[in-house]
Amino acid sequence: MSAVLITDGVSKRFGKVEALDGVGFSVDLAELFGVIGADGAGKSTLFRILATLLLPDAGRARVLGLDTVDSYRMIRTRIGYMPGRFSLYQDLTVEENLAFFATVYGTTIKENYELIRDMYVQLEPFRTRRAGQLSGGMKQKLALCCALVHRPELLLLDEPTTGVDAVSRLEFWQMLDRLRRLGITILVSTPYMDEASRCDRVAFMQEGRILAIDTPSGITGLFSKPLFAVRAAEKHHLVPVLRSYPHAASVYAFGSTVHYTDSRPSPDMGDVAAWLESNGIGGVGIERIKPGIEDTFMALMESMTSRREAADA
Amino acid sequence: MPEQVIHTDKLTKRFGTFTAVDGISFSVRPGEIFGFLGANGAGKTTAMKMLTGLLIPSGGLATVAGFDVYREPESIKRSIGYMSQRFSLYDDLTPRENIRFFGGIYGLASKELREKCDRMLERLDLKGVADTRLAALPLGWKQKLAFSVALLHEPKLVFLDEPTGGVDPVTRRRFWDLIYQAASGGVTVFVTTHYMDEAEYCDRVSIMVDGRIAALDSPEELKRRYDAETMNDVFISLARPARRSE
Repeated sequence: MSAVLITDGVSKRFGKVEALDGVGFSVDLAELFGVIGADGAGKSTLFRILATLLLPDAGRARVLGLDTVDSYRMIRTRIGYMPGRFSLYQDLTVEENLAFFATVYGTTIKENYELIRDMYVQLEPFRTRRAGQLSGGMKQKLALCCALVHRPELLLLDEPTTGVDAVSRLEFWQMLDRLRRLGITILVSTPYMDEASRCDRVAFMQEGRILAIDTPSGITGLFSKPLFAVRAAEKHHLVPVLRSYPHAASVYAFGSTVHYTDSRPSPDMGDVAAWLESNGIGGVGIERIKPGIEDTFMALMESMTSRREAADA
Repeated sequence: MPEQVIHTDKLTKRFGTFTAVDGISFSVRPGEIFGFLGANGAGKTTAMKMLTGLLIPSGGLATVAGFDVYREPESIKRSIGYMSQRFSLYDDLTPRENIRFFGGIYGLASKELREKCDRMLERLDLKGVADTRLAALPLGWKQKLAFSVALLHEPKLVFLDEPTGGVDPVTRRRFWDLIYQAASGGVTVFVTTHYMDEAEYCDRVSIMVDGRIAALDSPEELKRRYDAETMNDVFISLARPARRSE
């Protein structure tokens, strides 16, 4: 399979901040590749370099076989970029924005209409509304339409679903799935861990570095400890009481349960339940569960933070 | 029965021919963590604006912290805390300056404010960066500071508008620790979020669809009623058939 996107040792510094520190990875043709990381992990800097909007301090990036520094003009006509911040023209209507982007890329809305039809049908009732007056979900759909209007070979989507409701997010990811099947390669960043599981492969970023790259099931394989879901009748106090258990390693609220790992090689969960009950937590239930992507990401984040603290000490 | 912290009866807001909020009636109990969910465009923001005294309703009744939204919006603003992901603190000011600025706005006396400021910086572990411009601090630190600043004047009720948007999963959970702490201290928390796992952390949750409250109950009860595994499934089954999406 041919790589649509390759980076090698890409680094970028802003003053004292090392935004990217030797990032190397590649994305294959028609792959849906997710970049997961916290705010400030370097995701947006990476996207800007790939979109030829920023020069790397060191390293190289090739997009569609072209160097992002030498061949930036050619790359720009062949990629679609959706920046993290809504950056369409707020004072233009839905239709005007779309027509504007089509014209800039020397095409028309009609030419690639089948690519955007599913979304445009939903936008059509608001055709004459100014983009600034749209809701979050509609803005995001319009931005994707504008990024697709020239039928790019590669889509760079920087946090397209941040601040968007669960229904719109679901529809957006169904749309990405369709685009991938049409042969469009997609690099997408997100802070929502549930979305990571919809990608072919995922890269975890923190502090300018890639912590891990793998398929979603490969990623969860990195979680090495036994993981337990703890539930109780009283959820407000469950987390602090569980954290005070002497052998607790990690304690995180996870929806209606709390995910727990133990610091002992073979955890005694009966003792954990007894501890909770003796501390006034009733209705305790504990079961062994399979780790998800979010569990794995948090474990990787924590181990990196503790390694750095150990190095600083 | 103790007085409700928020009480609305057929609260409505129309913009021209468009009814953004269509007769919502609900109550929030003292000390409760109340999740206010809804799709983009369902009317959440408009409802929040009415409840925080920023927008006069077109019809219906509402009291917030004991004050009437029509006649006493200024009293409401003084009695509540507010934090949003979009606007919370000034990036060009330091943590200390931000605390003093907002303390001043809420009319705290300068001696009291100085003491509170020191205690807050100590408690939040921000003493080392008290005089560093906020822009240089990690988002997680800014958020915990913003939350504490929203509680500076000791309101009984705090509105949190998507407080955890775009934040990493560890920081997000630390933020909920702060919410639980505040709630156990008796503060009522009214929170919006698009993270459906966070809906599970609330005592009760309302879900707005097309300007109305389509469901309101504890997460456990809602999951039972809609035969759903998670709040995400509840949300999708309620919000998906929404007619309007702007």
